[in-house]
Amino acid sequence: MNYLENRKYVIQAIFIMVGVVFALRLFYIQVIDSSYKQAAETNAIKTVIQYPFRGLIYDRNGKLLVENTPVYDLMVVPKETKQLDTLRLSSILNLPLEDVRARLKKARAYSYVKPSIFYQRLTTEDFAHFQDYLIDFPGFYINARTARGYSHSSLSHALGYIAEISPRQLEDTTYQGYRPGDYIGKSGLELEYENYLMGQRGVKHIMVNVRGIEKGPFKDGAYDTLSVAGQNLYSTIDLDLQAYGEYLMNGAKGSIVAIEPETGEILAYVSAPFYDPNLFTGKDYGKNYMQLLQDPDKTMFNRPIMADQNPPGSIFKVVQGLIALEEGVITANTRFACNRSLVNCHAHPSPLDLQGAVQHSCNPWFYQAYKLLINRNKSKNTFTDTSIGLKEWRDHALTFGFGKQLGIDLPGEKKGIIASPELYDRVYGKNRWKYSTIYSLSIGQGELGVTPLQMANLMAIIANRGYYVTPHLVKAVGNKNMPLKEYQEKHYTSVSPEHYEPIIAGMEEAVRAGTGRRANLTKLGISVCGKTGTAQNPQGADHAVFVAFAPKENPKIAIAVYVEHGKWGGQAAAPIAGLMMEKYLTDTVTMKDQEKWVLSREYLNLRSK
Amino acid sequence: MPVEQTIPKYKIATRSSRRTSRNILGNLDWVTVLLYFLLVGLGWMNIYAVVYSPDNVVNIFSFDINSGKQLLWIGTSVILITMMLAVDYKIYEHLAYPIYGTIILLLLFTLAVANPVAGSRSWLELGGGVRLQPAELAKFATALAASKFLSNVNLRQQNMKDQMVLALITLLPPIIIVLQNETGSALVFGAFILAYFREGMSPLILIIGASAAAIFILTLLVPKLYLILGIAVLMGGALWMDYRLMRRIKSMIALFVLIIGMIFSVDYFINDVLQPHQQNRIKALISPEADPLGYGWNVTQSKIAIGSGGLLGKGFLEGTQTKFDFVPEQSTDFIFCTIGEEHGWVGSTILIVLFLLLLTRIVNIAERQKSVFARTYGYCVASIIFFHFLVNIGMTIGLAPVVGIPLPFFSYGGSSLWSFTVLLYILLAIDANRAQDLSR
Repeated sequence: MNYLENRKYVIQAIFIMVGVVFALRLFYIQVIDSSYKQAAETNAIKTVIQYPFRGLIYDRNGKLLVENTPVYDLMVVPKETKQLDTLRLSSILNLPLEDVRARLKKARAYSYVKPSIFYQRLTTEDFAHFQDYLIDFPGFYINARTARGYSHSSLSHALGYIAEISPRQLEDTTYQGYRPGDYIGKSGLELEYENYLMGQRGVKHIMVNVRGIEKGPFKDGAYDTLSVAGQNLYSTIDLDLQAYGEYLMNGAKGSIVAIEPETGEILAYVSAPFYDPNLFTGKDYGKNYMQLLQDPDKTMFNRPIMADQNPPGSIFKVVQGLIALEEGVITANTRFACNRSLVNCHAHPSPLDLQGAVQHSCNPWFYQAYKLLINRNKSKNTFTDTSIGLKEWRDHALTFGFGKQLGIDLPGEKKGIIASPELYDRVYGKNRWKYSTIYSLSIGQGELGVTPLQMANLMAIIANRGYYVTPHLVKAVGNKNMPLKEYQEKHYTSVSPEHYEPIIAGMEEAVRAGTGRRANLTKLGISVCGKTGTAQNPQGADHAVFVAFAPKENPKIAIAVYVEHGKWGGQAAAPIAGLMMEKYLTDTVTMKDQEKWVLSREYLNLRSK
Repeated sequence: MPVEQTIPKYKIATRSSRRTSRNILGNLDWVTVLLYFLLVGLGWMNIYAVVYSPDNVVNIFSFDINSGKQLLWIGTSVILITMMLAVDYKIYEHLAYPIYGTIILLLLFTLAVANPVAGSRSWLELGGGVRLQPAELAKFATALAASKFLSNVNLRQQNMKDQMVLALITLLPPIIIVLQNETGSALVFGAFILAYFREGMSPLILIIGASAAAIFILTLLVPKLYLILGIAVLMGGALWMDYRLMRRIKSMIALFVLIIGMIFSVDYFINDVLQPHQQNRIKALISPEADPLGYGWNVTQSKIAIGSGGLLGKGFLEGTQTKFDFVPEQSTDFIFCTIGEEHGWVGSTILIVLFLLLLTRIVNIAERQKSVFARTYGYCVASIIFFHFLVNIGMTIGLAPVVGIPLPFFSYGGSSLWSFTVLLYILLAIDANRAQDLSR
C-alpha cells in the first residue's frame, strides 16, 4: 500500500505544477507583455452623461413658474492637460491665478483620468468668449447643462432652489445614484418634489482610442440609455395674484396665504421680505445666498409655515365661539355684558349676543364664554376642573389643524402651539393654576402659536362650514388631469356645521360695519366675512392680523394676512386682504385709494395700543 | 462488515445526540471551511464588480443584480451545509448507489423532456422560473458511486470485469450529458482518472492520456512532417539510450504507426466529428488573432482584460474592460477576467494560491481517512475541483479551449455553487466523523 500512498505526492505535484504554469503565464501577459494594455486602451470607452431636463412648474392658469435655461460647465480631465498655461487660462477666465491652481488641484484630487467640473455655470456670453480659446487647452471641454430660470421674480420661498449636491448628501444612502456635481432640490417645491422633477440621467458610451479620438458608439449603443425628462408640476398658485400680493407687501414684513376653501389649493403664498429666485441660478449664487442668509430681516425665513411663535390674537375668538357652541355652554343668543373689570375692552354696544361679540370683538364676552367652557364643575377641585376643561377644549382646537403640521407640500412646516394642561403643569406646577391664570387664551393671547398657513386654513374651515382639505401648492404631477390623491380627503372639525352660521354672520358684520371695514367689497356686490386681530409683541409694535373669506355663500377664497409690527389688523392687514380678494374674484383692482394707503405704509404712524 | 449493522442508519442529529453534533463542529476541518468562505466571499465581491457601473450605482445587496442574487445562493448554501452536517454521515455511503441511480434516471428524464436552452437540453424546469441542471448533481453522485464501488474492489488486481464496471459507472453520466449537448460538463468526468490513479490504476493510462492530448495539440501547432520527424527522433533516441527496449521493437513500431495514424486523423476529427462551435473553440485556442471579432473574440478580450491589469490591477470596481461585457459570461465562466483586470498579477496569483491550498488540503484530508470509500471520495472531490480550476482559468488565459464550465465557489450561479458546496461538505461531514469510522 505504501507506494500507492506516495502517489499523493504525484497528484499534489500536478496541482502545484498547473498553478505555477498559470502564475507564470499570467506574469507574462500581465507584467511583461504590454500589448494587452495597449489593446485595452483602444477598447476604452468614454461615457457622456446626458442630463435630463428637470421638470417644469406651471401655475394654475398654465403660466410657467419655473423653466430651464442653458448654462455651461467648463470640465477638465487632468490627465489630458498638456503644458497647461495657467497664467493665460486665468486671464481668459478672469480668475486669480491661485484660484486656477486650486481648482486644478481639486480636480486632480477627485480623479486624474475622470472629468470633473473646473468652472461652473458659465453664461452663454462667457461660454462664447472661452470657446475661441478652447482649442489651446487640451483636456478642457464644455459641458452644456440646464439650470433653472424664472421669467418673473415671485414665489421664491415656495419654489425653493436647486444647487450642487453636498458632500454630506453624497455619502447618505438615500441619495444613491447622485454624483458629484449633480444638482438637487435644496428647499421648497424643488426639494419636496425632487424625485419627480429630477428625471433620469442618460448615458452614452463612445469608444475612443488612446488619443481620445471617437471611434463611434460602443456596441452600436446597446448600453446607451436615453435621458428621461423630469415630470412637470402643476401648481395651485395664481401667478398674477401672487405677484400682486408681493407688490403689496414689498417693504413690509409678514405673510399672505390665500386658499381656495373647497379644494385646499393655495392661490398665493407670500413671505415678505422676499428675494428674486433668479439670484440662485447664476455663478454668483453662493455669494447671493450668504448675503441673504445674513440679512437682519431674515429674508430666507419661510414665514407662512415657520412663523409660529406669535399668538393669533382676536381672530381666535371665532374658534372659541365655535367650541363653546358645540359644547353647549352658550347658544347663539347668549348675552354677556362688556365688563371691563374682567379684561380690557373698547367702546361698543353692550350686552351683545355671539354675532355681536364677534363683530365688535368684545374681550369680556369671550372671557365669560371661555370660563363656562373651561370650568364646568366636572370636579369639585377648581384646579382639576380647569385642567379637565382645558384638555377637552384642546381636543376640539386640534381638529382645526392647530398645534400640528397641516401637511403642506413644503419642507420645514412648523406645528404651532396650543396650550395644554401639561404645559401649565410644567410652568406653574400641578394644581397651581386655574382659569384666572389662563384666561388670556379666551381672546387668542397667551400660550398660543399659529402659523399664517393655519390662520388661512381656519378661514377655509369656516368658509366650508366645518372641514378643510390639506392646503397644498401642487395639485398634479406629470399629468395635469390626474390630481394627487393625498389632497382629496376632507378633514372635519369636531364642531357641527350649524354652529358656523352665527359666527359667519358676526364676521360679515365685522367687515361691513366693524373693525374690518377696509376689506369691505360690498360695493362690488361681494359679501366678505372677516376678523381682525392683533398679536401682542413684547419686542416692539404689535403684529397686525386679518383673516377673511369671500363670498359669504359659495366661498372662492380664504385669506390670512399677517403684517409684522403693523399695529392694527384693521388698518394694516385688512386692506391688503380686501385688495387681494378683489383681484382674485374680479381680476381687476378698482380700490386705488386702498392700494395707495397700503403702499404708503401710513398705518405705521398710527398711535399704537 | 458486522460492525456496520449495529450502527443505526440515517440518524438525524437531535437534542439527545447533541454531544455528537458538538464533536462534529469540533472535528470539522475549519481550514477548509475558511478557504471555502474566502473563495465564496471574494467571488461575490467580483460578481458585484462585474455589474457595477459608476453611472448607475446599485447597492451590492440589491436583488436586482447578480451580486444580490448570489448572496441568496450563498445563504441557501449555508443552510445546505447545516443540513449536511446534521445528517448522519453514514447516509452518504449507504445511499451511494441509490443516489447514483436516481441521478441517472433524472439525467435520462431531462434528456427526454427538456426544452432546448441555447441548444442544450440539460435544464429541468421546476416551475416558477426555477431551473435545475441535473448534470451538476451527477458529479457528486458519480463520485459517491465510484468510491463505494472501489471500497469493495481492489483496482490493482487488474480484474478486467471490475475495471469495466468502474468505467461504466464513470462514463454513463457523461455519455448522457453529451447527448444533452453539454460537452463541457461531460469532460469533467475525465478528472476521475486522478482519483483512480491514487487507488491503484496503472499510471500508463495517465501517461497515455496526457501523451495523446499533447500530440493532439502539437498536431494543430506544428506542421505534420516536423512532428512525425520529431517523434521518430525521440523514439530512436529512446532505443539508443536503452538497448533493452530493442526487445520490444515490434511494440515500438506499432506505437509509432499508431501515433502517425492519430496525427492524420486529427484533421478528420476536427473537421468531421466536432461541431462547428467546437471547431471554433479549438481554432480560438491555437490562433485567436486570426479572427479577433469572431471566434477569437472571447479569448482575445479575456486576455486583454486580464493583461491590462498589470502587476497590481486597476483597483476594485475600477476595471474598464469588465464593465461593458467586452467578454461575454463575465459573471459566470469568465469571472477570472475581473480579478485579473482589477487585482492584477498579485490578485490573480493569490486566488491561484487559495485554490492550491484548498486542493492540497483536500488531498491531505482524503489521506487521513480510514475507509477506502472516504479516501476515494476525497480524491474525487479534489479531482473535480482541480479540473474546473484547470480548464476555467486555462481558457481565460489562452491555455485551454473555451469550455463553458464555472470556477468553483467563485462564479455566479446557484446550481454550480450548490453542487460544489454539497460535493465539498459531504467530504467534511465524513471527515469530521472519521474517529467513529473503523478501519476496514
